[in-house]
Amino acid sequence: MNPNTAKETYLDAMGAAEKGLAGAPSWLRELRRSGAARFAEAGFPTTRDEAWKYTDVTPIVQAGFQSVAKGANGVDPARLDGFWFENLPSHRLVFVNGHYSEKLSTPGAWPEGVTVMSLAEALRDQAHRIEPYLGRCVPEKAHGFAALNTALFADGAFIHLGRGARLTWPIHLLYVTTGAGEPLLSQPRNLVVAEEDSQAVLIENYVAIGESVYFTNALTEVVVGPHALIEHYRLQEEGAQAFHIGGLHAHLDRDGRFTAHGIDLGGRLVRNDLRSVLDAEGAECQMNGLYVLGGRQHVDNHTHIDHAKPRGTSREFYKGVLDGRSRAVFHGRVIVRPDAQHTDAQQVNNNLLLSRDAEADTKPQLEIYADDVKCAHGATVGQLDPDALFYLRSRAVDETAARDLLTYAFARDVLSRLRLEPVRSQLERHLAAKLRVAALPQTQEVF
Amino acid sequence: MLSIKNLHVSVDGKPILKGVNLEVKAGEVHAIMGPNGSGKSTLANVLAGHEHYEVTAGEVIYQGRDLLQLPPEERARQGMFLAFQYPVEIPGVSNIYLLKSALNAIRESQNLPELDAMDFLALVKDRMKLVEMPEELLYRSVNEGFSGGEKKRNEILQMAVLEPKLAILDETDSGLDIDALQVVARGVNVLRGPERAIILVTHYQRLLNYIEPDWVHVLVDGRIAKSGDKTLAYELEKHGYGWIAQESTPATV
Repeated sequence: MNPNTAKETYLDAMGAAEKGLAGAPSWLRELRRSGAARFAEAGFPTTRDEAWKYTDVTPIVQAGFQSVAKGANGVDPARLDGFWFENLPSHRLVFVNGHYSEKLSTPGAWPEGVTVMSLAEALRDQAHRIEPYLGRCVPEKAHGFAALNTALFADGAFIHLGRGARLTWPIHLLYVTTGAGEPLLSQPRNLVVAEEDSQAVLIENYVAIGESVYFTNALTEVVVGPHALIEHYRLQEEGAQAFHIGGLHAHLDRDGRFTAHGIDLGGRLVRNDLRSVLDAEGAECQMNGLYVLGGRQHVDNHTHIDHAKPRGTSREFYKGVLDGRSRAVFHGRVIVRPDAQHTDAQQVNNNLLLSRDAEADTKPQLEIYADDVKCAHGATVGQLDPDALFYLRSRAVDETAARDLLTYAFARDVLSRLRLEPVRSQLERHLAAKLRVAALPQTQEVF
Repeated sequence: MLSIKNLHVSVDGKPILKGVNLEVKAGEVHAIMGPNGSGKSTLANVLAGHEHYEVTAGEVIYQGRDLLQLPPEERARQGMFLAFQYPVEIPGVSNIYLLKSALNAIRESQNLPELDAMDFLALVKDRMKLVEMPEELLYRSVNEGFSGGEKKRNEILQMAVLEPKLAILDETDSGLDIDALQVVARGVNVLRGPERAIILVTHYQRLLNYIEPDWVHVLVDGRIAKSGDKTLAYELEKHGYGWIAQESTPATV
């Protein structure tokens, strides 16, 4: 399918979807329309766009991915067992090919002040609670994929934490795509609203059952109220032939804290846009990212931290391991607005190349318009330290084991920042499997 | 135990060692001294198998085997140990993990079973007393954030745990205060025995106040210019290296 045909096909789908919105509230119809209009205007990004210079989405456009109706491709609950974290009780919500599955979900009981449900259902029954937030965190000039999601998303999670509400268990959102032959598109849309002083941990987990070519175009908005605390895990372990475009847009109020951990182990072509606006005094944002790539995998992380108000803190720590002919892109933009005095921002991106044919493009971009701030950044692309290799070998560790050990230690540095131990240890096992090494003990453990 | 014959080594095409001959027997302690740039560290590194050094001529026989054919890990498994002049930091790999991996790799090559966690820990704790190292450093990443003295102690700890047959200490004494120097000396003296050999590479005579060498060799411009017993070290301390350099310069025609 050529780009114009693809665009027309999606525009047709938007036109058809609009007819089905006759009974929907006007704000929602307007939101959908604005998504369609933006998509019509922006279309699919090309490598001529600066922000997409290294990431060519032609294969996504050409494949002509289409969404499927709810209920298609049923999943046996037993197939999900391996996706849950051991020793981690959680509220479990399952989405199959972009639709909430009541049958597969075990949300459990919610404490007072907490609402968690399918976004489609919420839009049907409680639209007034969504109206003030949905679409507000996404910038007007968002790229075509974000617009496509706004125009055509079917479902996702709606999470509302009332004032002072605190969740003990994390909410585990599992997005499963099932291989069924057709080039399948799923477009989850999530909305998280954390009112003043509320706290929760969210896990967005993207996985596949079976090997197929599919496309996940996900978008999550997080509204962090005053003194609220949201810890967000995005664990991308899509199938080897999958395309994944993900947006995570957060808005932080006074003393709000937002931590985003993004782990990319899967997927063939992946682009993440992570954006956080520190829009009131004392807000704190942490972003930790790890990508471990092999073969012809391509992962592009575009992060954007907007310090709009004084005394904000941001810490960004991204690391990548690239083998085979893989390619990684990191673009870390930090804006410190004139108002944002006493901002403290740090950004680090380190890339480890294991093969001659792997490539990493890293670009820190700091724009500082305030004068009393502390900002630092560092970006590296390198290979294993030959002196460290020799040191290990001189201590009887054979060369392959020494390489694996150093690589694993490099990557695990990011995982050690994940607060949830069961998530951390499971990811360490996945990381070890991907690097073909035996999982190592924690530094703090005896063995 | 170790026999070095006419060893020539280049680094980046530049000859550094120009015909070194050295015989080390089990039970002996040899000190290799010499001015800066004479090739002392090159000799230590080439024995341990660093790839950066190119052997252009000569041979090294270690326990009857052609040492230069063995990869570094195999040399370590055959009982060779290099205490580095500048121990490298390895973030994310804990000290104790490295110790255990190293010890078990060596034991495996000797057809010995792995030490279980309890025995291993008992052994390590015992050797830590010797080097007066706080236990906390065991669980930290290898050398990461260690002071210069702690790094050197850590090398000696590894040596004490691995109990090598041939230990080479590359300027382990440089930059150490007297306390740390004594710790290093104690580590070496404990290891000393009829089955083992030790090569001390050092610029200063100071360390030899605590470890008495059987032989002292002076390396000048890539060759051993003079060998003698421990009294040679005192002469070097008194008169410096200049006189040997002159004495050993071949007459030109």
